[in-house]
Amino acid sequence: MGIVSPGFHGRGRRAEVELPPGQYLTEDFPVLSAGPTPRVRREEWEFTVTTETGEEHRWDWRELMALPSETPTVDIHCVTKWSKLGTRWEGVSLDTLLADVDTAADYALIHCYGGYTTNLPLEDLLDGQAWIAYRYDGADLASEHGGPARLLVPHLYFWKSAKWVRGIRLLDEDEPGFWETAGYHDYGDPWREQRYQGD
Amino acid sequence: MARAAVPGRLTWRVARLAETRAETATARTLVFDVPGWPGHLAGQHVDVRLTAEDGYSAQRSYSLAAPADGDRVELTVQDIADGEVSSYLTEGLSPGDPVELRGPIGGWFVWRPAETNPVLLVAGGSGIVPLMAMIRARRQAGSSTPFRLVYSVRTPADRYYAAELRRPDPGVDVTPIYTRATPEGSSRPPGRLTVADLNSGGWPAEFAPDCFVCGPTGFVESAADILLALGHDARKIKTERFGPTGA
Repeated sequence: MGIVSPGFHGRGRRAEVELPPGQYLTEDFPVLSAGPTPRVRREEWEFTVTTETGEEHRWDWRELMALPSETPTVDIHCVTKWSKLGTRWEGVSLDTLLADVDTAADYALIHCYGGYTTNLPLEDLLDGQAWIAYRYDGADLASEHGGPARLLVPHLYFWKSAKWVRGIRLLDEDEPGFWETAGYHDYGDPWREQRYQGD
Repeated sequence: MARAAVPGRLTWRVARLAETRAETATARTLVFDVPGWPGHLAGQHVDVRLTAEDGYSAQRSYSLAAPADGDRVELTVQDIADGEVSSYLTEGLSPGDPVELRGPIGGWFVWRPAETNPVLLVAGGSGIVPLMAMIRARRQAGSSTPFRLVYSVRTPADRYYAAELRRPDPGVDVTPIYTRATPEGSSRPPGRLTVADLNSGGWPAEFAPDCFVCGPTGFVESAADILLALGHDARKIKTERFGPTGA
């Protein structure tokens, strides 16, 4: 237990839901990003998976729309402390996108329109844990929330759910992304409160 | 995008309130003594943790309002309705009382006094806090890097650091923008930030200034879009958005 601050009682207690340590509930959908919002037209959008041997798999918007979609309802947890429960998305599972990709890589580096990157183990993208999401709460995903499409990988802090996703590089060695190079945790499990390096 | 490394583990430290200053009717600057504070860069933030007697705790992030000064750390906290942490910090905390604090956090939205590019700061409301740390860091270092600040607030009474920003600071030009009510004698009618405001209050894109934009999401989206429209390079525009995360 931490040092007690005298007279602090707290008003955020909600016994009915369990949140990861240090998080609080919000009903809003705050935005966190490091630069201007890239505006990407669907006609120009493409998504590329590049394997460790340099083999490329590419989808344009129409091809993405032709794939079977899923409608996950998930809780999301931002490293800036807010959590939002029961968010409703529509997108294509990474299991679907990676089904025909021949790889023995252990790591993935996500890259995005606008230059953002983030890294995670490849296994965290598989087995129903991650999607390329293009609809949120019944509507097309707004650009400030990552539209036309973002990665959704809700079991990690939300900076891993990269907005404006453009592709995935599959790698034999872990390569830290944007926030991971700027002092944030390499893996980012909210239930273990892995916010910053060394947590 | 460029990269910046912030190595080392961030441990929780005990911070004791030394003094406070009212900035507006609802915002207060809190000065803490934090023994062993490792120092920080202008633009970085900290996490604050409050713990109740029964062990319940709550954390929030706050921007640092001033450059590193030994063990002294300054935050400016906006009291938000229903903000369990902000209300305690601005009203419940007395000098000598402890909170826990860890940081500094964030290696991207920072300005270093060794940098000589012109700087454009665009603040909306409480988004002024990390930008004020940059202005103060410039002054503390005796830097002559030219700064311009465009600061949007609802009314004159909502300005943070009003007296300090009114005092002449050679090389720092300040353009206030009022969205709801203007001071007497103001020629600009109240209204949201426009292309003209950033065109006249900022730097020409040819000067390739480092742009720092901080405020609520809608403000940051709009200001960053205007800067792009004025020809600024997206890679030179760093943003920080305040949702309810400061509550």
